[in-house]
Amino acid sequence: MSEASLEGFRADLRAWLEENCPPQMRDGLMTEEGICWGGKDWVFTSAAQRDWLERCAAKGYTVPTWPVEYGGAGLSRDQEKIFHQEMARINARSPLQSFGIWMLGPALLHFGTHEQKLHYLPPIARGEVRWCQGYSEPGAGSDLANVQTKGEDRGDYWLVNGQKIWTSYADKADWIFALVRTDREAPKHKGISFLLIDMAQDGVETRPIKMISGISPFCETFFTDATVPKDQIVGEVNRGWDVAKYLLTHEREMISGGAAGLTGTGRALGAVLSETMEELDATLRADAMRCEIDTLAIGLTLERYKDQAEAGQGAGDASAMLKYMGTELNKRRHELLMTAGGSDALEWDGPLGNRAGDWLRTKANSIEGGTSEVMLSIVSRRVLGLPG
Amino acid sequence: MAKLVMTEEETMLADMARGFLDGAAPVSAFRALRDAGQTHDADLWKEMAGMGWAGVLVPEEAGGSDMGQAAANIIAQEMGKTLAVSPFLSSAVIAATALRQVGDARAMQALGRIASGEATYALAVDEGIKFDPEATEMEAVADGNGFRLTGQKRFVVDGALADRLLVLARTANGLTLFDIPADRGGIARQATQMIDARDAARISFADVQATGEDVLGTVDSAMDVLKPALAAGQAALAAELSGLSAGAFGMTVGYLKERKQFGIEIGRFQALQHRAAHLWCEIEVTASAILNAGRMLDSDPEHAELAVSLAKARATDTAKLAVIEGVQMHGGIGMTDAYDMGFYMKRARVGAEWLGDYAYHAERVAALRGF
Repeated sequence: MSEASLEGFRADLRAWLEENCPPQMRDGLMTEEGICWGGKDWVFTSAAQRDWLERCAAKGYTVPTWPVEYGGAGLSRDQEKIFHQEMARINARSPLQSFGIWMLGPALLHFGTHEQKLHYLPPIARGEVRWCQGYSEPGAGSDLANVQTKGEDRGDYWLVNGQKIWTSYADKADWIFALVRTDREAPKHKGISFLLIDMAQDGVETRPIKMISGISPFCETFFTDATVPKDQIVGEVNRGWDVAKYLLTHEREMISGGAAGLTGTGRALGAVLSETMEELDATLRADAMRCEIDTLAIGLTLERYKDQAEAGQGAGDASAMLKYMGTELNKRRHELLMTAGGSDALEWDGPLGNRAGDWLRTKANSIEGGTSEVMLSIVSRRVLGLPG
Repeated sequence: MAKLVMTEEETMLADMARGFLDGAAPVSAFRALRDAGQTHDADLWKEMAGMGWAGVLVPEEAGGSDMGQAAANIIAQEMGKTLAVSPFLSSAVIAATALRQVGDARAMQALGRIASGEATYALAVDEGIKFDPEATEMEAVADGNGFRLTGQKRFVVDGALADRLLVLARTANGLTLFDIPADRGGIARQATQMIDARDAARISFADVQATGEDVLGTVDSAMDVLKPALAAGQAALAAELSGLSAGAFGMTVGYLKERKQFGIEIGRFQALQHRAAHLWCEIEVTASAILNAGRMLDSDPEHAELAVSLAKARATDTAKLAVIEGVQMHGGIGMTDAYDMGFYMKRARVGAEWLGDYAYHAERVAALRGF
């Protein structure tokens, strides 16, 4: 697209945002209370939040790069960049966040049938159905392919039994995409299927897990004779690992980018730290400079890989790198925020709000979606070609 | 919108440069040069000039190939991989960029001589042990129609052999940049024995005569000319360091795959795998900063300062890690002079200091990011 038409797009978008983004949605709030997750049972925190979601959904702006027929706006990579720039310019909140957008959507776009895309994607884009991820199990953490939850073929449906763990927001989700063992004889990577399971049935139960941060975003999810119609499989039977891996690359990019605020809206760390410490001491300032440098460079790397992907230059296993670097960086960032907050940061819901909770939450970043050590092993094997 | 991805032309340039350097300037050539006690390979530089490298930033009307900063970075990066010795950064990047800011007939002539490889330059800025152009004390005292320069410069990279010097000196109301022949009366050059076995010098100036003709740009306004030149040099040096990191890393990974201890390749040990993988991640992230600096200097040089300092800071840090891990993972053999890894370590250290170390560039990033 020409520079002129891109600038035309920018002007139109800017005017649209001016008119449609409610003032209350222009505080850039990215903390838990600012997020709109959507779903059947979603209770909007304000009329502005609802309006913002509905207006964006009508334009396809909740999923700007998805095709229009599946609820997106069909934006090119250049337009997407402009979209994020303009959103950041007015400090707009994201209208909708969900695992449907970050994880299931990309996997369905790649592996789903046209019917599946038409059926599942638009409700995700409109924020009507909230999804959660059923991957890990008590015995399948870093060794994810060791899933034991089993799906028996009962003719026109699968009968699912087993337990998932670390299912984020399972207690609030409407549907779950899950890895289920459908062939117990095959090698562990070759007997897994990727199933879409309606959680509004008797055979699905969830139980929240209280975390060190004091909240319970994670759950255990139990399947007891849950039934899954045959058309609710993504990809081929026993080839679910391919879908799972593809989805993981998106999940890792999401965790690395989103976690560290690298996607263009991130404020300079020095400014954030200065809110609580008028003058940063020399040690903190030096650490903050290094963190800022790495933040900018990792943000550029995220951009570079997107540009490469658009240019058809596959980034291969780069998502493992981004996930590792982004999450380790985010942990450093929150350590600095805690230091700058001093004793104020040590209180639950104290003068700095949930700073301690946010800090503790970041410790999961380098565990969820594949630990840092797993990421390094992936890089070592697949990129460097070191012997296993 | 400038993309953070190599264009087809850039990929071709990188392939071509790699092919040439692997043949004409492998690390073994650097070793031979060092063993012969030399810091410059005139034939090699002539060949590079023939390929358009000396004129990479010289306008076509002055005889250059005018390929831009991103291309200069690619060449520097490839040179870094094999530790190729040349006055590329001093002449083709820094001096050419400075002269280009002036662009008058005299500057265009000088640019032509750079592009053809006839003239080499060195930048004489440092006086203390750290890069700090603003703190320049050397004086250029007005004398009739001209100036007399008196003072000391050190760590003048490529300074012992350069034909001409760009000298930063303090004048009545600011700093002024002079472009003078290195053999002018009153200049005494002392080559320094550098750890990286490359050309550098301490240079003293005793009542060196300079005319208004010798002033590059405007009196008291050196930074108009010098700032863009420094930015270009810093970006290309960062690119060289990122190439150096990749070169050292390639050797190291190769060694992990072939060296056996306890009956297996040491690359099977997870302790080493994870460290190697981490290093690769750092190299990849730094590569983004290098690409970005080239893109910014080519598209929006006025606002490239953050991108340049980010690149130099990252490249400095990554190169340090690459050579430390390189030596450690090679074990005892990495400590020997017979093995090339030490060359990478010593060049990385010199590159870290030149044109501003990590702290210098981190401070600039911090200032530009508001803290």
